[in-house]
Amino acid sequence: MGCCEGKESGLEARFPDEEVDLALLEGVLEKYRGNPSSLITVLQKAQDIYGYLPRKVLYHIAREIRVKPAKVFGVATFYAQFRLRPIGKHLIMVCHGTACHVNGAELITSALCDELKINEGETTKDGLFTLQNVACLGCCSLAPVMMIDGEAYGKLTPDKARSIIREILKKETEKEGV
Amino acid sequence: MKVIVGLGSCGIAAGGNKVLQAVEDEVKKRNLDVEVKKAGCIGMCYLEPLVEVVDDEGKSTMYVKVTPEIVRDIFENHIEKGMVVSEHALSAEDRSYIEGQLRIALRNCGKIDPECIDEYIEKGGYKALEKAIKEMTPERVIEEIKISGLRGRGGAGFPTWFKWNATRTAPGTPKYVVCNADEGDPGAFMDRSVLEGDPHSVLEGMAIAAYAIGAEAGYIYVRAEYPLAIKRLEIAIAQARERGFLGKNIMGTGFSFDINIKAGAGAFVCGEETALIASLEGERGMPRLKPPFPAQKGYMGKPTNINNVETFANVPWIIQNGGQAFASVGTEKSKGTKVFALAGKVKRGGLVEVPMGVPLREVIFSIGGGIIGDRKIKAVQLGGPSGGCIPESLLDTPVDYESIVKTGAIMGSGGMIVMDETTCMVDMARFFLDFTQKESCGKCTHCRIGTKRMLEILERICQGEGKEEDLEILEELAMNVKEGSLCGLGQTAPNPVLTTLKYFRHEYEAHIRDRKCPAKQCKALITYRIDPAKCKSCGLCARKCPVNTIKGSKGQPYEIIQENCTKCGTCMEVCRFGAVFVE
Repeated sequence: MGCCEGKESGLEARFPDEEVDLALLEGVLEKYRGNPSSLITVLQKAQDIYGYLPRKVLYHIAREIRVKPAKVFGVATFYAQFRLRPIGKHLIMVCHGTACHVNGAELITSALCDELKINEGETTKDGLFTLQNVACLGCCSLAPVMMIDGEAYGKLTPDKARSIIREILKKETEKEGV
Repeated sequence: MKVIVGLGSCGIAAGGNKVLQAVEDEVKKRNLDVEVKKAGCIGMCYLEPLVEVVDDEGKSTMYVKVTPEIVRDIFENHIEKGMVVSEHALSAEDRSYIEGQLRIALRNCGKIDPECIDEYIEKGGYKALEKAIKEMTPERVIEEIKISGLRGRGGAGFPTWFKWNATRTAPGTPKYVVCNADEGDPGAFMDRSVLEGDPHSVLEGMAIAAYAIGAEAGYIYVRAEYPLAIKRLEIAIAQARERGFLGKNIMGTGFSFDINIKAGAGAFVCGEETALIASLEGERGMPRLKPPFPAQKGYMGKPTNINNVETFANVPWIIQNGGQAFASVGTEKSKGTKVFALAGKVKRGGLVEVPMGVPLREVIFSIGGGIIGDRKIKAVQLGGPSGGCIPESLLDTPVDYESIVKTGAIMGSGGMIVMDETTCMVDMARFFLDFTQKESCGKCTHCRIGTKRMLEILERICQGEGKEEDLEILEELAMNVKEGSLCGLGQTAPNPVLTTLKYFRHEYEAHIRDRKCPAKQCKALITYRIDPAKCKSCGLCARKCPVNTIKGSKGQPYEIIQENCTKCGTCMEVCRFGAVFVE
């Protein structure tokens, strides 16, 4: 199957257009305009601004730093750091490094999938949580570990992981109630 | 009086920032004249968060597993009344963790504030750079590194002086120095700890290398997943520029050198030199054929010297103390020390620096304190996805490049994961293959497709659907992937499979022939059951079961209805009577 057969597999179909404010990127582009070797840096800064890499932004970057759009897409899809879809309000990263693996990281991920009713890599329907497995967070002595919005939670058990999520969910509903 | 809070990534993860906040609050509340300082990771990750109190006579007390409540206790009794709170102080046993080590690369980690250049200078920092550029010729510097016997700490163990010399003598300018801080082995955090705890030692090492090879620009390629390391490096670079240790005409000698940071974007293959260079240039991180080596044609097609973080951290010490002093530590072919990130089923996990040649057993038992729960050790994994599992019977193997290679593993960058009887070796092989298969850049067919086929077989075996001929196919594929791959990733990807097949073949056979997982880890091959004799009918497991498949009533032992069981292990985790077991 070629990648261009049918509409389904096209980038346009997989990553729908969103209205984004390209002007937000101007400060970054000013520094790197016309400098192809800074592509990764520019993509990182763009992701910091938008939370992910919207398709329009990728085309814009291609134009401004003078590389082909295909190369921008190539680089953006090569590296694990880049996301082409928006993420939920809270990003849950479950460490699947070696130490976490031998201490039961897989049980943690499956407990979270069950709790959130999503698969790994997906975002909940309410847009609150995105669940992601990552290679290593480097807190091996606290294994198994997950990180939510930059805060690490260590020595997890499936049950503990579930209650941490419920706690965040509770805070979110309280906020809504106010 | 000084209070030092350990704030490496692991310290912060364990709650270090809350402890720091509590310390600052207490100082303010009690209106005390106490200096509050931050330090990097001292390596006792299993005892984090750590707080060190140094009194006016310079006597130091280390407090472990500190919470805000313990901070109040320390202020109340130790700082105000001079009485050490011994129940929270570092025990004599835990002190042996540090005392059993020899620290060269980690000499300042956890001892100085990484965000304060003066503390680094106080420890003799930048003296080696001064010595090199004022008193030594570039050739003399390379000679000193040659005498030291320093070899690349990133894994392959290539002699450092040789790379420096090759870059120095290669035609073409400008030349570049690159620090490889793309620590990708899942389970290794040595480089991160050095960058977070002692960033100046790396900058100084790079500057000395630059002087030796004739470079004026340097890059540190560091994982974007290490935000704290990047922040501390940025601070360190700014401070070094301000003091004139980086920049134009350093110390009035006419030597100029400056360093920039480039953040990686999450690709394991970028630890390979040529892929790293491609990534620095803004391309996909795909390796290319060598030669030409980076020393001949590297970044932007110019001669480039690439060394690992730990390698650079050793350099100032060598210049300062002499190559001979470094060479007096270690074995005949592996000189100096090596830093390991000790983790897994070991009691005392953390950073360990030991002389080369020390047996693995000593690292795991004397320093690491043995296995959690005093279970039996099964194996130790060295070198991450490129390495292998060394069985218990070979634990007397000394840690040096050649001896480790003989076992089928590699020294690697220093990840050391300890495994006990509850670790399934087939699952371990599957875990690493899953990793390398995802991380393969896709350039070489054998690495791209061969690792995928190997993973499929391993997954099948773990599912209890393995076939007798699978092991032979695995071995054949492994050899093909090794031979048919351009870079280290593919060439070493089969190592975890080959070493487990070599030492733990019986576990593979148990999965295939008896449909059993001896370690009781592979979900498809295990069953959770409740021992009626131990069950107290409390019903907790039934309430906690996420799929409601545990039935029972008061006075009757509970039972797991197997059809719906997802084997999540929750019942076993919550049972207070140890009634749930796996078979």
